[in-house]
Amino acid sequence: MSINPELAGRSYPAQEPYVVGREKIREFAAAVKATHRAHYDLDAAADLGHSDLLAPPTFAIVVAQRADALLVNDPASGIDFSRVVHADQRFTHHRPIVAGDELVAELHVDTVRTMGGGAMISTRAEITTTAGEAVATTVSSILVRGEEA
Amino acid sequence: MIDFNTLQKGAQIGSTTVFVNRGDLVRYAGASGDFNPIHFNERFATEVGLPGVIAHGMFTMGAAVQLVTDWAGDPGAIIDYQSRFTKPVPVADPDGTNPSDAPGTAIDIVGTIGALDAEARTARVDLSVSVEGTKVLIKAQAVVQL
Repeated sequence: MSINPELAGRSYPAQEPYVVGREKIREFAAAVKATHRAHYDLDAAADLGHSDLLAPPTFAIVVAQRADALLVNDPASGIDFSRVVHADQRFTHHRPIVAGDELVAELHVDTVRTMGGGAMISTRAEITTTAGEAVATTVSSILVRGEEA
Repeated sequence: MIDFNTLQKGAQIGSTTVFVNRGDLVRYAGASGDFNPIHFNERFATEVGLPGVIAHGMFTMGAAVQLVTDWAGDPGAIIDYQSRFTKPVPVADPDGTNPSDAPGTAIDIVGTIGALDAEARTARVDLSVSVEGTKVLIKAQAVVQL
């Protein structure tokens, strides 16, 4: 199976909203060893002007990787997940993510560079609230290793 | 509070070491939803050509930014954060240890001010992230709104 070069320019519309839960923020924060009280304690978050528990800076990956799964699991993409390596990642926050947010992500395949039997694929997830407010833009590249590599 | 006017490009903001063991990887897998078996199964990791179980790149990226959060005082001040994943972070399973209590792999993190934008009042913190002297992240940069 090889990567479909015509993936570039394709987009995948937003799916079911992802509702950001307080316990998920606490769980994710503990998992990345984030210690700031604003991830765990409502008063600490309020002291910084946040309306609810504040998500850690890389929390948007949870929403972004759900969107990426649409591409990876698309039979037309030709991507074998067991050969995927995460090459780079960027988060641009338009505003902080807090508990209670209902987020949706639209996924765009920006570039596909085929290399041998493999490919480097760059995707961008535009994360907004269900009301349409811009929250974060995430960009990631995955390297799909070729069979002979 | 950080006084923007006292900041200097090239100045170090601090350094820290984060330890990661197999228990941490299981915890991160569950919290993030990234269940790629290369992060918890030695046989599978070796069969796909890795030296063994490796940490999620996003674990390392997520843990490294704590240094910037501590410096900025507000995790919400980090408006942009990026990294490339260059080398895997191997996480061993030492004989005779409880995988959740094992000392784990040491990830050394040093933060330096890489750029200042006086108009936007932002500082870019460049993170040097290494394991036993080998860089595991490159171009790890966090932009902080001050």
